[in-house]
Amino acid sequence: MTILVIAEHDNKVLAPATLNTVAAAAKIGGDIHVLVAGQGAGAVAEAAAKVAGVSKVLNADNAAYAHQLPENVAPLVAELGKGYSHILAAATSNGKNILPRVAAALDVDQISEIISVESADTFKRPIYAGNAIATVQSNAAVKVITVRATGFDPVAADGGSAAVEAVAAAHDAGISSFVGEELAKSDRPELTAAKIVVSGGRGMQNGDNFKHLYALADKLGAAVGASRAAVDAGFVPNDMQVGQTGKIVAPQLYIAVGISGAIQHLAGMKDSKVIVAINKDEEAPIFQVADYGLVADLFEAIPELEKLV
Amino acid sequence: MKILVAVKRVVDYNVKVRVKADSSGVDLANVKMAMNPFCEIAVEEAVRLKEKGIATEIVVVSVGPSTAQEQLRTALALGADRAILVEIAEDLTSLAVAKLLKAVVDKEQPRLVILGKQAIDSDNNQTGQMLAALSGYGQGTFASKVEISGDSVAVTREIDGGAQTVSLKLPAIVTTDLRLNEPRYASLPNIMKAKKKPLEVVTADALGVSTASTNKTLKVEAPAARSAGIKVKSVAELVEKLKNEAKVI
Repeated sequence: MTILVIAEHDNKVLAPATLNTVAAAAKIGGDIHVLVAGQGAGAVAEAAAKVAGVSKVLNADNAAYAHQLPENVAPLVAELGKGYSHILAAATSNGKNILPRVAAALDVDQISEIISVESADTFKRPIYAGNAIATVQSNAAVKVITVRATGFDPVAADGGSAAVEAVAAAHDAGISSFVGEELAKSDRPELTAAKIVVSGGRGMQNGDNFKHLYALADKLGAAVGASRAAVDAGFVPNDMQVGQTGKIVAPQLYIAVGISGAIQHLAGMKDSKVIVAINKDEEAPIFQVADYGLVADLFEAIPELEKLV
Repeated sequence: MKILVAVKRVVDYNVKVRVKADSSGVDLANVKMAMNPFCEIAVEEAVRLKEKGIATEIVVVSVGPSTAQEQLRTALALGADRAILVEIAEDLTSLAVAKLLKAVVDKEQPRLVILGKQAIDSDNNQTGQMLAALSGYGQGTFASKVEISGDSVAVTREIDGGAQTVSLKLPAIVTTDLRLNEPRYASLPNIMKAKKKPLEVVTADALGVSTASTNKTLKVEAPAARSAGIKVKSVAELVEKLKNEAKVI
């Protein structure tokens, strides 16, 4: 059994989600190969070669893979993947974009966002916004799977010494092209990897008030998230959204401020170790999942909290 | 141009589902059903493209039980011109649905196919990508903006770090994200008019598509419940608990 893991990267840095995906691969068992598809991503391939448990790194360096467009990358993965028992990718926007295209090319069903490995062919995944957990078995020759990073503790980023092998295959479907991107800039830890997350909801009232959360987050070394209500109201950009349709986080501490706790929001954070809710409505559903609840006006509680931590 | 929109009948997003006692699935008997929220956004985008004079016909398609006709009628009331139901009783995997949709795409030859990014029941986020692979079309997933010019479509996509814009040759597949638009409500006169619009029912057999699956759901369980928390009286008490009891700060 040999497993192919698709590296998550931006041509410069290997994304941490790859380490969680390799951890899932290790649970399945067998040799682990990592595919780095990109352009000028030699540093990423080198970093992947150092990851504990990885035995080979395939480096597909081609202009067609520069922005990992699925029309070009999926045929590459499907071609390479035929020789593997499993193909795994992190359930990031990239992984979700590419892998179903690979599965269809291989004529197999995909299993999305697994949270545990029961055996080499059986996996658990949440459905209905995390309100039910399905155990799914695959009899596909090649099992195509995306991995929810928060379900697996990352493997060590060093300790491995895999060989890097160049892959010559070039696929350019010629039906799509990259135009541009606009990335949100932030000095705070990445939301999905942060140990502490402070999130604001509609109760923040406006975007300017998020400065109180930023101040608290900076003191705690935390990332700042938001509910859909806060994003839709334009308080913060959409990549800060936590929930079924946003990011899934499972930090040590999640502080929900002015968030009612709709099903869709809980889907993104209810696996956090400790949940704190600060809300002035004591009937808010968020209190049903909170380990510590404080019924208070957030505009008084947050500055006081910032002072005391 | 002709636009094809795929819609799915799912449990209403406000319903808190319960797992069946025999672990065979979730209990959907007597539960309110509705159009998947992402599919509503897909229908709305198609209707807007028609209002701009870009789309000439909107065909809405659903793969599901006969009751999915309700959701197709909803889409017709929102502005779709005609509907196709691929009637099938059992739950299908995304790949099987994509294969059935591919057969409809071959027959209808739309220039653009719009789907939701994921259905809120299975949470798979696969069908659009799989349909794109099977048709050999480009895919603009998680779209927050769609602009058609000539023979191509520019799709702004929501990605983990922000937004990305790609250009796709038509025909192409687009899957909607929440911020693409705000779906309208169907007016009563339009609901009445929708009853007269054509709705064709076909079977998977008639389309010549095998819906065999490589996945099998062994069981469905409720997630582990969180133990009950406590309410603290002050910020000072909260900080004390986080430091000394939970030891997380």
